Amino acid sequence: MTESQATFSGNRGLMLEEALIFELGHPGRVAVDLPDPGPIDLDRLGGCRRAAPVGLPDLAEPQVVRHYTRLSQKNYGIDSGLYPLGSCTMKHNPRLSEKVARLPGLADLHPFQPQATVQGALEVIDSLAHWLKVLTGMPEVAMSPAAGAHGEWCGLMAIRAYHEAKGQGHRRRVLVPESAHGTNPASAAMCGFTVDPIPAKENGRVDLDALKAKLGDDVACLMLTNPNTCGLFETEILEIAAAIHEAGAFFYCDGANFNAIVGRVRIADLGIDAMHINLHKTFATPHGGGGPGAGPTVLSAELAPFAPLPFVVADGAGLKLVEHAAEIPESQPFGRVKGYHGQFGVFIRALAYILSMGADGLRQASTDAVLNANYLLARLADQLSAPFAGPCMHECLFDDSFLKDTGVTTLDFAKALIDEGFHPMTMYFPLVVHGALLMEPTESESKETLDQFIAVVGGLAAKAKAGAAEDFKQSPRLTPRRRLDETLAARNPVLRWKA
Amino acid sequence: MRYLPHTDADRQEMLAAIGAPDAEALFRDVPAAARLTKPLDLPGSQGELEVERAFQGMARKNLSAGCAPFFIGAGIYRHHVPAAVDQLLLRGEFLTAYTPYQPEVSQGTLQALFEFQTQVALLTGMDAANASMYDGATACAEAAVMAARVTKRHKVILSGGLHPHFRATTETVLRYTEITAEVLDPDPLGFEDLIGRIGPDIAGVVVQNPGFFGGIRDLRPLAEACHQAGALLVVAVTDPVSLGLIESPGAMGADIVVAEGQSLGMGMSFGGPGLGLFATRDKYVRQMPGRLAGQTIDVDGRRGFVLTLSTREQHIRREKATSNICTNSGLCALAFSMHLTLLGETGLARLAELNHAKAVRLETKLKRLKGVRVVSQSYFNEFALRLGDEADAAQVVEALAARGILAGVPASRFYPDYPELAPVLLLAATETNTEADIDALVAALEEVL
Amino acid sequence: MSQTRFTKDHEWIRVEGDIGTVGITDYAQHALGDIVFVETPNPGTALVKGAEAAVVESVKAASEVYSPVAGTVTEGNADLEEKPALVNESPEGDGWFFKLRLADAGQLAELMDLAAYQAYLKTLD
Repeated sequence: MTESQATFSGNRGLMLEEALIFELGHPGRVAVDLPDPGPIDLDRLGGCRRAAPVGLPDLAEPQVVRHYTRLSQKNYGIDSGLYPLGSCTMKHNPRLSEKVARLPGLADLHPFQPQATVQGALEVIDSLAHWLKVLTGMPEVAMSPAAGAHGEWCGLMAIRAYHEAKGQGHRRRVLVPESAHGTNPASAAMCGFTVDPIPAKENGRVDLDALKAKLGDDVACLMLTNPNTCGLFETEILEIAAAIHEAGAFFYCDGANFNAIVGRVRIADLGIDAMHINLHKTFATPHGGGGPGAGPTVLSAELAPFAPLPFVVADGAGLKLVEHAAEIPESQPFGRVKGYHGQFGVFIRALAYILSMGADGLRQASTDAVLNANYLLARLADQLSAPFAGPCMHECLFDDSFLKDTGVTTLDFAKALIDEGFHPMTMYFPLVVHGALLMEPTESESKETLDQFIAVVGGLAAKAKAGAAEDFKQSPRLTPRRRLDETLAARNPVLRWKA
Repeated sequence: MRYLPHTDADRQEMLAAIGAPDAEALFRDVPAAARLTKPLDLPGSQGELEVERAFQGMARKNLSAGCAPFFIGAGIYRHHVPAAVDQLLLRGEFLTAYTPYQPEVSQGTLQALFEFQTQVALLTGMDAANASMYDGATACAEAAVMAARVTKRHKVILSGGLHPHFRATTETVLRYTEITAEVLDPDPLGFEDLIGRIGPDIAGVVVQNPGFFGGIRDLRPLAEACHQAGALLVVAVTDPVSLGLIESPGAMGADIVVAEGQSLGMGMSFGGPGLGLFATRDKYVRQMPGRLAGQTIDVDGRRGFVLTLSTREQHIRREKATSNICTNSGLCALAFSMHLTLLGETGLARLAELNHAKAVRLETKLKRLKGVRVVSQSYFNEFALRLGDEADAAQVVEALAARGILAGVPASRFYPDYPELAPVLLLAATETNTEADIDALVAALEEVL
Repeated sequence: MSQTRFTKDHEWIRVEGDIGTVGITDYAQHALGDIVFVETPNPGTALVKGAEAAVVESVKAASEVYSPVAGTVTEGNADLEEKPALVNESPEGDGWFFKLRLADAGQLAELMDLAAYQAYLKTLD
């Protein structure tokens, strides 16, 4: 910041500094007017009345609104611009979803109301489940997992429960590609499995021979992401499925990249036995700064009996939420994965998107998503370095060889992109290439936006090759904060404000 | 199609730049046998009007809480959310932002999470809190796993006063691990003896306060007993508003506190999405699962916030991670924080007092019914009511629903295998209940019983 | 006379008498980046060769440190708790991780000497 830009307030035009709420409070201010409760009956508190104040700040409504408004202005969202994070599917979040989710007849419902009074809510869950089953070609879906990783764990639990029930409890090994997202091995470990990595081939796909060599009668399942984290469709997927099944194991698919094939391929036709679907990715529910999401997991006929509680069934009279295993004698649920009935608010939003798009719209969305990623790949291949030949699916991968000898790292490149008004692509993932840059534009981006992005990325690449490393190291310059010290944050963790 | 900007002309231009004859060529890696050639048996796209109509139709088939005297709790509570919360949540920069991995363009989310973590630590009386988990039940399960990790022991005790979903989720998470759970029977009268069960093999004891059936306990003796045995005390809270009036678990000696945060900011939404609160002591911070926002400075020396201690997490530690959790409940945490900021110290205390006062009022009026007895010795805003030895609380609830009253939830819905709980009804009263609501409930119960 | 040996996982061990001091090499600290946290083993811990002995965390990675030889831990470097940066500043000096009493000095011969380790480094990257 130059001298001429210094201000008395520390604010710079619309870039407003904002303190913590604890620094803004003033005792006695109030932003919620509540009636006087009258004298408190202490007899009923078991002698446990709070002795000391909580320590929260008091603010009035105008201050609170201003506080959060200012905070929001420091954030980049999909609403701000292109957000090309690989495997995150940052597509537009339709506003209709927000409107219908707020209908009192859907929002103001308690999960434990008598079931006759919530048939419409059960219909929301059942309708979404139906769409997910038809889109994937799978007979059953566990609706309750709250996120993708949660869905992975749910699928793996069903697999473990199946093997245990069939006297195959010795199957404890799970095969996971080296390119897999960290949640895959973490989820496997939570089910008591050991993780055995499989290498990738030169073309970025799973090495089928290496996979076959690792098969044995102690393998519980393979976890595969398809399209994979390099943005490529696993071309040998049918052979992979056959090999896995022959070994008496299951084929779990990480559905993070479902946006590439939704409406075009049913995962049942690929030989997959279980897959979680990230509603907050493929089905456009808002990311909200990190959540909430939902990870309904589709299951094969063999795994279906092990689906967790609760689930919705049709029972002649209407829809019924099954909360106890005994209610359905053939069911052998492996347990319950979370409280209540699943991420209902997220279901509404996903269903609103699905009903809006329809089967034809979803197919067009996957087509445009793949088209956009290939457009980026084709137009940037000469200026960046692509480790794998195209076509790619819905995301394209570059490595940092194009930055060799420039002194500019993937990180520096990303920070420079921020100054240009774009959120960076995913950096350093997947681990199978050096200094990865993984871009997923999604179908929501216009050609004009993509052309602008291409021009900027190309310009930055040229600038790096021309020897402007110092410039990159100083980026970003134009953001509310610059190059925050993550080492300091980890060495001396300060995780809360203290008086 | 309103969400897809490309025209056919755009697509043609782009295909030409790629050098592909058509879009199908881009999918050549998909095995021919797997390509869908016929349309799926699903409806086509619709405009906003039709989609809205569909949802209004589904909404009409429900009896919403605002349309009836309403007394259901059991872990999800109907509180009034100030209008400002929703308006602020709809700001696109909050709604459509991702996890704050690029801190320079995410200071809004990161500062809000730092404030949230502070609020949770203050409420629970603990040193540090994470940036939230999926919900209270999964947070409870993670706490049990953490207790095992910290103590290097393999057994946890689950109190009979723990919410049945928290219990069931914890049991499920532990199922294929080395950790076992000793599960106590449901405990409506608060008679269970936890202290007597703590041995040197116990990693942790998990209790809920107030309990599922109401009861509020001073947990100090239990905390003492746990610590003497080298075990951790995990305390679950289902309505954080209670912490505005009753002593915090931290002040009573808890090592880990987990809670369902739905009560503040979110409305009920049929029980989901949830908000898991998770707090612990400084010495256990590195063993805590989930995301953490931390304070730091930037290159110009200004205070800012980043995600920190990430090396515990799955994207780095993979199979050795503290958990597989990747998503938090970001928007719900923001809503919680906004609501609590609006309430402040003064507002929260008053809200908590109001809730308790309503429940006391309800108990007082219920006293006029013969044969009906509140079994909870103490409570915050929810208690267990015994309807009489031969009563079936489930039938009573159905009968009242037919009269347009949502009269709590029968214990048998959670404990179908405990016939002695058949007459037990859980009733909650919050600031949203009026005197007329209470009178309607009591009158209807009188008719039905 | 002390001798220093190296492992393929970039640990070093410097032995004097029957006590070995173990740490990670300059190459390793450079690859990890700024070290933020170190967890060292407790005195008395019995380790076999190749056992996971310590954990080192940087901002972007976490790594196990394996014991190059079998032995019993005599001391963990307490300075690393306050100042994990020592590992970056002096990886082969003050940034040592732990000391152990060797169970079998013969195992040292299986490890690389300095020349062999430097040759090995050239084969990486």
